[in-house]
Order: sequence, then structure tokens, then C-alpha cells
Amino acid sequence: MRRREGEETVASRTITLNINGEERNVMVRNADTLLYTLRGKLGLSGSKPGCLNGDCGACTVNVDGWPMKSCLMLAVEAEGKKVMTIEGLRNAPIQQAFVKEFAFQCGYCTPGFIMNCHALLEQHPNADDKTIKEWLESNICRCTSYIEIEKAVKSVLRGHSGGS
Amino acid sequence: MDVIGKSVIRKEAADKVTGRAKYTNDFQSIEMLSCKMVISPYGHAKIVNIDTSKAWKVPGVIAIIAGKRYPLTGEAIRDRPPIAVDKVRYHGEPVALVVAETPSQAKTAADLIKVQYELLPVVNSPAQAFQKDAPLVHERLGEYKLEADSYPVPGTNIATHYKIRKGNMEKGWSESETVVEASFSFAPSDHAAMETRCATAEIVPDGNIMITTSSQAPFMVKRLIADYFGEDMGKIIVRTPLVGGAYGGKASVQLEVLAYLASKEVGGRPVKLLNTREEDIITSACHIGLDATVKLGVDRSGKIRAAEIRYLWDGGAYSDKAVDVSRSGAVDCTGPYDVENLWCDSYCMYTNHPYAAPFRGFSHSELSFAIERTMDLLAQKLNMDPFELRYINAIQPGDTTPTRVKLNKSNVGNLRKCIEKVKELFKWEEGAIKEIDDRFIRVKGVSCSWKTSTIDTDAPSGVILTFNRDGSINLMSGVVEIGTGTKTILAQILAERMRMDVDNIHVRMEVDTQTTPEHWKTVASRGTFMGGRAVLRAAEDAINQLKEIAACALRAPKDDLEVANSRVFLRDDPSIGLHFKDICYGFKYPNGQTIGQQVIGRGSYILRHLTHLDPETGAGKPGPEWTVAAYGVEIEFDKRDYTYRLIKACTVVDVGNVMNEKAAEGQVMGAMSMGLAFAGRETFYFDELGRVLNPQLRTYRPLRYGENPEYLVGFVKTPQLDGPYGARGLGEHGLMGMPGALGNALSIASGVSLHHLPLIPELIWRAKEAVK
Amino acid sequence: MLPFDFEYYRPETLKEAVERYQFLEHQGKQPTYFSGGTELITLGRINLAYADAVIDMKEIAECNMKEFNGDHLVLGSALSLTQIEEANPFPLLTSVASEVADHTARGKITLGGNICAQIFYREAVLPFLLADSQVIIVGPEGIRNVQINEIFQEHLRLKKGELLVQTVTDRRFIGAPFFAKKRRQQWDTGYPLITVAALKIGQEIRLAISGLCPFPFRSEEMEVYINRWGQSLEARIDGALSVLPKSILDDVEGSADYRIFVLRNLLMDALQALG
Repeated sequence: MRRREGEETVASRTITLNINGEERNVMVRNADTLLYTLRGKLGLSGSKPGCLNGDCGACTVNVDGWPMKSCLMLAVEAEGKKVMTIEGLRNAPIQQAFVKEFAFQCGYCTPGFIMNCHALLEQHPNADDKTIKEWLESNICRCTSYIEIEKAVKSVLRGHSGGS
Repeated sequence: MDVIGKSVIRKEAADKVTGRAKYTNDFQSIEMLSCKMVISPYGHAKIVNIDTSKAWKVPGVIAIIAGKRYPLTGEAIRDRPPIAVDKVRYHGEPVALVVAETPSQAKTAADLIKVQYELLPVVNSPAQAFQKDAPLVHERLGEYKLEADSYPVPGTNIATHYKIRKGNMEKGWSESETVVEASFSFAPSDHAAMETRCATAEIVPDGNIMITTSSQAPFMVKRLIADYFGEDMGKIIVRTPLVGGAYGGKASVQLEVLAYLASKEVGGRPVKLLNTREEDIITSACHIGLDATVKLGVDRSGKIRAAEIRYLWDGGAYSDKAVDVSRSGAVDCTGPYDVENLWCDSYCMYTNHPYAAPFRGFSHSELSFAIERTMDLLAQKLNMDPFELRYINAIQPGDTTPTRVKLNKSNVGNLRKCIEKVKELFKWEEGAIKEIDDRFIRVKGVSCSWKTSTIDTDAPSGVILTFNRDGSINLMSGVVEIGTGTKTILAQILAERMRMDVDNIHVRMEVDTQTTPEHWKTVASRGTFMGGRAVLRAAEDAINQLKEIAACALRAPKDDLEVANSRVFLRDDPSIGLHFKDICYGFKYPNGQTIGQQVIGRGSYILRHLTHLDPETGAGKPGPEWTVAAYGVEIEFDKRDYTYRLIKACTVVDVGNVMNEKAAEGQVMGAMSMGLAFAGRETFYFDELGRVLNPQLRTYRPLRYGENPEYLVGFVKTPQLDGPYGARGLGEHGLMGMPGALGNALSIASGVSLHHLPLIPELIWRAKEAVK
Repeated sequence: MLPFDFEYYRPETLKEAVERYQFLEHQGKQPTYFSGGTELITLGRINLAYADAVIDMKEIAECNMKEFNGDHLVLGSALSLTQIEEANPFPLLTSVASEVADHTARGKITLGGNICAQIFYREAVLPFLLADSQVIIVGPEGIRNVQINEIFQEHLRLKKGELLVQTVTDRRFIGAPFFAKKRRQQWDTGYPLITVAALKIGQEIRLAISGLCPFPFRSEEMEVYINRWGQSLEARIDGALSVLPKSILDDVEGSADYRIFVLRNLLMDALQALG
């Protein structure tokens, strides 16, 4: 028996998600995470699976301006909210800063890290060291030393000169 | 030098900060099926029965593979069934595969496969494995197919035994006035690359086997699948896009084989196998563990006269690359010190642990912990400055390595200079210990390391250059972009040689074994060295062709021509010349006649004079050159709680030459970060059944933002004459000295000698309690 | 990737939520209330949690309350820990909550979810145990208001179909001097080895602990010893340690003996901080 997506049941349905400013209709299982839906149904593969357990932060997106691990959220929970993924971020200062400071190597954690940084810049444009640490310890980067990321973030935060 | 050394922005930077960079699992198509493994819940158990009946009833299930015998796989020793039969030998071992239409269907079905096990006694450490009455992990060790350079001992758990016998031990000990002996151990751990391993396979009707994989060794995947299953090598096409971190862990070939078998089972339809994080930690190959005993003897002046070393490597359930790791551990067993009289046994042991892959440093961070802790014990006993002891014993040109390679000014870096520079950067003259108050103390620990890259003696690297009609160049190399930025560095090397703008060089990021020339494996810090040499030869070849065409068109002798700024011109009058775009597809005269042809540059490189090692003495040339480094780690230690913070970590490495400054610093700092995490926190915790109790990133914990210290990086530049622009290997060295330096700092701070990793506060508390 | 399917409901009133639960149960289903849902997602993935119907409480106004009602702070169970931290109405709670998981995850983890969690640390409950808070619970039998110290015995003893709606905390406890410290196996990441929270009400120190036993607890027996002001710090701590619960954790985070060592030092810090 085939049971492909497309069939409405008590366990699945079509929802409308606001992703990067666009309304997208998508058929999901209620049990599908937002991450799975973004990648598997909407072709937005910038958000990366790293643990599916809320531990690594590689799948971080912004939901209503706050960072969210998209593996910890059901797609159905995102209905009515504004979701922004790395694909929705174009030429943001934090992206330029990551390039300039060599704040990535393999690049796999980078979209999630950038989305977390972006939310931080929006919510706390004057963040101090303690706040930066509290926010950024949510993501794992296995390649860099974090010093590069710290420099990148501080170079776009107000009140920091760009160095550590 | 115009381009070499500059912090050129990486070629794939824009893709990586916009989420557009694609990794293996990002390629998905509607027809692609999903494969899910069933894995062993035990370390060692007999498989009594596998019941797949319920799993077959799950909608969408297309195939289930269980209990099927395939040819044995493995690298040095063919000891591993791709899917376990008869018994399981480690927690996480694949026992069955399910192929279904969607990932959730495959997962649901896999959960419904009921496997009945009968527990077997577990070998839970290499020391236990070495005991005479230990249970056997492989009962039929004598029947396995072997590669050269592996020496299993049937009837034991010894997968291989490497011996180093150099000098005269009796003489060495008789010349020694002070002797220290100590033992060290740590359990296996993990690479924890952020991208979990993934492979897809499809067998198309013309027989081509298309594999996409997150691998450091796509060319090895091709060779091994051909070899294991008798497939035509030319029909296996392996593609590797960007890789999301590897650190040695993706040099092992595993999921590719399973994806291939799964695809075969469903008539060649495309199948994807993606590790969950838990599988990536336990099912796929891990970071090797070690039990080590080191005995060093020194004369009155502090010169080492004798060393006796035993390494028992925890190769895990299957030998795979652990045999090579154990060999590498033998080759550089002493650390970067001149030891005339040396006896070393390096055993690759079978245990019921997840099997080992290479890990950044390839045995060197591990053995360095044992050696460098022993060096500090020695310094303490001699009442000597720990750097001074290392300085006087530092390996130098004229000395011989454990495998009796005579060192010269080119094939070994300058360790003494590295030590001097660390002392300066690390403010060593201010002293190793600073009391802050009666509770807190700041302490500096130091270490040194060296490493050669023990790779296959015939390992190749190749490069092809093609031109675009605007005169820009496409660079194709088999080096995989695993995050190290090597592809960008290759472009820099090419730009430097061609004296052209690096922006006019286009780099192909993806590797495809059908159209990209082979680079053996992207491991062992060899990408820049070997790939760079191949680039130089390809550049030479292209320049030669360009000059030939230009010579004809300009009616000038070839040897009067120079190349720069994408032009070929007369040496004495650069205004007379031709842009590449006018000659790279031949030169066309106004009347349409064309001379020359499309320019295609080719270059390849094989390391010269590498040999196998003598099985009885270890003599032989295992690698091309030795990179050396010196380190320091400063901690702030709480004498009441035994907790500590990392304050500073410092590495000075003799890199020969810096190719890309920020990239080089990033490599060294990132490696230090990984080394500190390995030394300070990361390990597998096993229970008595050999189960890994912490296979998630919330219980297996890499370093996080803000836990890191301040990093200091310094470079010494003793050119390696064979290296491209003098460069030596670099990617691994920042890591190698961290466990030793951290262990030394904490041993001084706590006043107890620490012999295990990870160096968590409880370990220190336990050591303190033991001496109370 | 959850290997099971479920129905999903997002009621807007408590009544609707409770009725939905009863209806689903009556149908033979295994419903669950869901606020942050992080446990269902992460434990469900490895077959340690299951539901075939999910009742999401995030749209229920009562569950999102975050305000002072006279002298009482009312916090809804569906508030995320980040929301609570950012608003900071209860500094001890902020201090304890801000050490749970990580910042981004705390944007999803809710107060109710943490208190009712399957994973046994449940650190967010500690401040409420210390502050003698009330909990508002709704269930098939209607709404009830209970002392948290009565109903939280190792875990929140909810009856089938009941749901934690709010915590209610007296303002006088909110401004009291406090101490909160989480010690981990190593550095700043990971589950607690020991989390100690203490609150000083007048001359009385109250003490609650997570990570020592497979449940968080407040110990009045320990408090008796801790508050023997005439004695030395060491004697007070020795006394408190002599009446620990029996089941001390001994696991990969730390051995039982080491946990006691850590606890002793943390108690020292707590008593010194709170004078």
C-alpha cells in the first residue's frame, strides 16, 4: 500500500506557513518538524539537521524574530507565525562579517549560527559579552575556535569595536 | 609573493553564509528512497533470531536486508561484515537495513524488527583485550584477507603488532641516571562533525553505480566497492559535494557500502542513508582510545638515553583504519625527541567498542598525552624547567627518527625555534604558577609534538586546468573541501605561479571520481602539499603550452617569454604580448587560420621514496617530512572545587610557509579548540555490556562558545624544500599538544599526577582522594 | 523524525482542552498535553515517549499569563523560559531557568513543560518549592488550587487528564535574597551535576536541589540543620548532609560520592552568600 504525502488524514493536513515573507501552502504530517518541512517539502535546505534533538543549533531559524531550533518545533506549531530561514537573509551585515572574519570552515553550522546571531542583533543590538555568550552557546561549531565568530558578531553589534 | 600568505576570501564563502552551500544530504529527489539501519543494542552478543514480519507490514516498505552474508569488508584486514551476521561486536553495529519510501516509514519499520540476542562476554578495554584469557572478538582472525603491513595474531585480540627496535637498550639504560615510568589511558571518543555522515546510491540500467557521499575519500570508495563486490571500477562514479566537517572520521568507508547494497536490493533505485546523530557517534567509526606505558631514562644532563614504550590502541570491533593509526603511533612513538635506544610495541587491539577511524592528528594527540605527561614527570624529578628538558632533547637535522629516517634541514622543522617562540608568546619568563588567592591559582602547562604523514607509498594527487574563453582558469583537483579551505589555497598557489589575479581562477568544489583527477584521500594534512605540487606541475604544463602558441604568434623564441596578469609577453618589452583569452584556445589570425589548440594543463604528484616498514625493527621511510610544534595551555584552577577555566592556549608550529594567513590561523585555533574539548570533556562512557551511554550531543559535549580560552598562534617558517612554496602540513598540529599541555597544567595545579582523559574535575578529585 | 503519527488540536480555552482530552481518552487514544513539546519530539524520536493525539496549550490565555495579581505573581505554564528570563519577574526563577538547556532551546521549553518533564532534573520547579507557591490545575473535575509542596513529590502528581495552568507566587518571596548555582560535570554545558537553589526568608534559609537524586526536591529536614545558626558552617552542612534522601545519582555525569563533595561546597557557598 502506498501512502504518500497528499492524503488528508487525522494525522496530516495542509497548512499555510509564512516563510521568508511568502505564504506557502504545504501538506504535513502533524508529527513533522518544521525542519523536516522546510527541507523536505519546501526545498529550503539551508537549515541543517545536526542532531534532531535540539542540541547543536545547526537548524536554527527565526520565528517572530526569535531564534528557534526548527527540529524542536512542529510545522503545525509554526502556523500563524513569521518564519525566517537563512534563505531569507540577503546581504545582512552579519553574513558579510562571517566572510570577512573567516568565521566558518566547513560551513555546516553556519546558517544556524548566522540566524542565531541575526536574532541577537535584532533583539539586543547593544548586547554585552554575557548576553552574547548566553545566546551563542546554543550552537556548536566544530571547526572554528569561536574567536572568529565572536569577532564577526562584535563587528556588527553596536558599542563593540570589532575585536575581542 | 603576491597571493601566497594573503587572507584570500574562500571561494565558497558566499554559498556558505547564505545557506546555498550543498552537502550530501541536501540533494533530494522525489524518487529517492530512504534507508534506515537497525543497530545492535549490545557490545557483544550472538544473533539468535531476526523477526522482520511486523516491519514488512508497514506501508511504504520496499526491502529489508537482514542475516544476509556479503563479502567481508575492511581496509588493512577484511574482518567486517557490512551487516552483522552470527554475532554483533559493538554497540551500534548495523544488523539490518530497511528501505522504504519515506524516512518516517523506514524508521517505523526498523523499530518493528525484533532481534533476539544472547549476550557474550564483553572486551571493554585494550588492556583487557591483551590479557591471555580474554574473550575473543574475532574467533577466525587467521582466515581473514590481509593487506600488506598488517600482522594479526590468531587466537588473540591483536589485530596488528608493530615493533620499533633501534639502538641498544642495555646500553641506553646503563647510561640513564634517572628513569621514570608511567601509564596512561583513555576511552574512545568521537569526531562529532556537525554534518552526520550520509551516502546515496543508485545503480542505473547501464550498470553505472552512482554514489554521492560525505567522504574524505571518494576515490577510496570507488576502489573498495569494486574490490569488495567485484564491480567494474570504471562503472563506479562517486561524487562528493562540500563536506560538513570530517577530522578524519569521514575517511572510513561504511555507509557507501550499505547504500550500495540497499540500492542493489531494490533493483538499483536511488536510496539515501543518513546517520542520525546517535548512529553517527556509535555506528560509524569513532576516535581511537589508548592504554599506554612509557618508560624514559635520561643521563645527568637530561638527555634521553633510552625509551621503552607500549601502546595498546583501542581499535574497537573491527580493525579498519585503526591498524594504520597504530602504525603511525609506532612511527612517531617518542614524540619530537632524539632517542637513540628505543624499544616500542604498538598493538592494534580488538575490543567490543565502536571501531576507530583516523582522527585529526592520527595517533599523535593520543600518544603525545602519554609522552608529554611523562616528560613533565621527568622534568619534575630532575627539577628542570619543562621547556628546557624538551629543548635539549628536541629532534634536529642529523638525528634519526624511530624508523631510522635520517633528518635534514628540509624534512624536519625547527622545534627549538618553536619552543623559543612559545616561551615568548606565552610569557614563560613570568613563571608557570601564579597564585591569585588562597583558593585560585593560574598555571601554565607545556608540550611539544611532531608528525609525519604516513600515507600509502603510491598515493597520488592530480590536477587539471582548463581555460575559459575569457582567459580565466578552471581548477579541478580531487581534494575534497572538508572545511580546511584547501581548494582556495590551491587557487592561490596557481595564481602565484601564474602571477595572475586569484579572482580569475575558478575552483570546482565538488569532486566526481569520473571527471576529477584522483587525490588519494583528503587526510593527513596532505591536501596543500600534494595537491599544491600537482597544481604547480599543471601550471608549468599550461604555461608551456601558452608560451608555445604565443611564441608562434609573436614570432619570438619561447624562452624570451614571461607570463603574468593573464598575459604572455616579451621579457624585455611587456607591452608586446597576448592575453590568455587570445591564445588559450589557439591563436586565430585575422584571416581565420588558427594555430595551437585548447590549452589543458595537467599535473600530478606522488610522494617519493616512501617504503614499507621492516616488520621486525620498524626501519623504513613512512612519510615525507616532520612538522614540529610547541604548545602551552594556561588554566585558572580552583583548589577547593577542582574545577578550572581555560585561560590561554598557545601553539607555535613550523609550517614552512603560510599560504593564507587567516585560514592558517583558523586551522590552528580550530584544532586547539578540538584538542581541548577532547582533553577536557569528550569521551565515551561504557557500561559493562559495552554500551555507549552518551551517544547524543547533550551528553557527548564538544566545546561551546565562551568555554574557549584566548588563543595565541605563532608560526616558524623553515621551508620544506619539496613543499609548494615551502609549505608543510598544518591542519592537525594545533590539536596534538593540547591533551599533554592541559594534563601538565592540571597536574601542577592540583599537585597530583593525572593519567587519564578527559580531565574533568571529578578525575582530579578522585586522584586527590586517592593520595589523601 | 517521529516514527508515529498523532492528531493535533489547539484549543483556545481550558474547558475545551480538558474536554478534548477526555473525549480522546474515551476513544481509546493516548492523548497528551503539549506546550513546548520538546520532550515529545526528542524522546519520541528514540521511542521513549509516545502520543497519538496532541493537545497544544499555547493558545490558551490562562497558560500565557505573566502578571502580578495583587500581591501574587501569576505565571502561565505555556510561557517559554526565555519569555520569563526576558521579563524577569522573579529573579531566582530567572537565575535557575537561565541554566536549563541553552538559550535557543529555552525559547521553546516552557515553564510547565520543564516542571512536568520526564527528564528528571526539572530545575524550574526549585524556586516555586522554595517560595511555597500555589499551582493552578485544571482537570475533568474542574479547577483546583494546590500548594506546590503538597502536590510536587518528586514529580508533579497530576491526575489523569489534569493540566498545570499556572503558578502563583507571593510577592514577598520574590524579592527575598537568594542563591542559585548549577554545577556541571565540566565547564558551562550539560545537565546539572548539582543545582542548588536557596531562598532566605527573614532568618530562615530554604533549600532545594536538583541533580542529586533522580528528582528535584526541597528538604525541610536539611533546612533544620542549615538553620542552626549557633553552629559552625561545617556542622550545619554536615547535619544537612546526614539527612539526604537515599537515592543519590551515580551516573555518567558524576559518581554519588563526587556529587556529595560538590554539594558540600555548594552549600558552603550558599550559606556564605546568604549569611
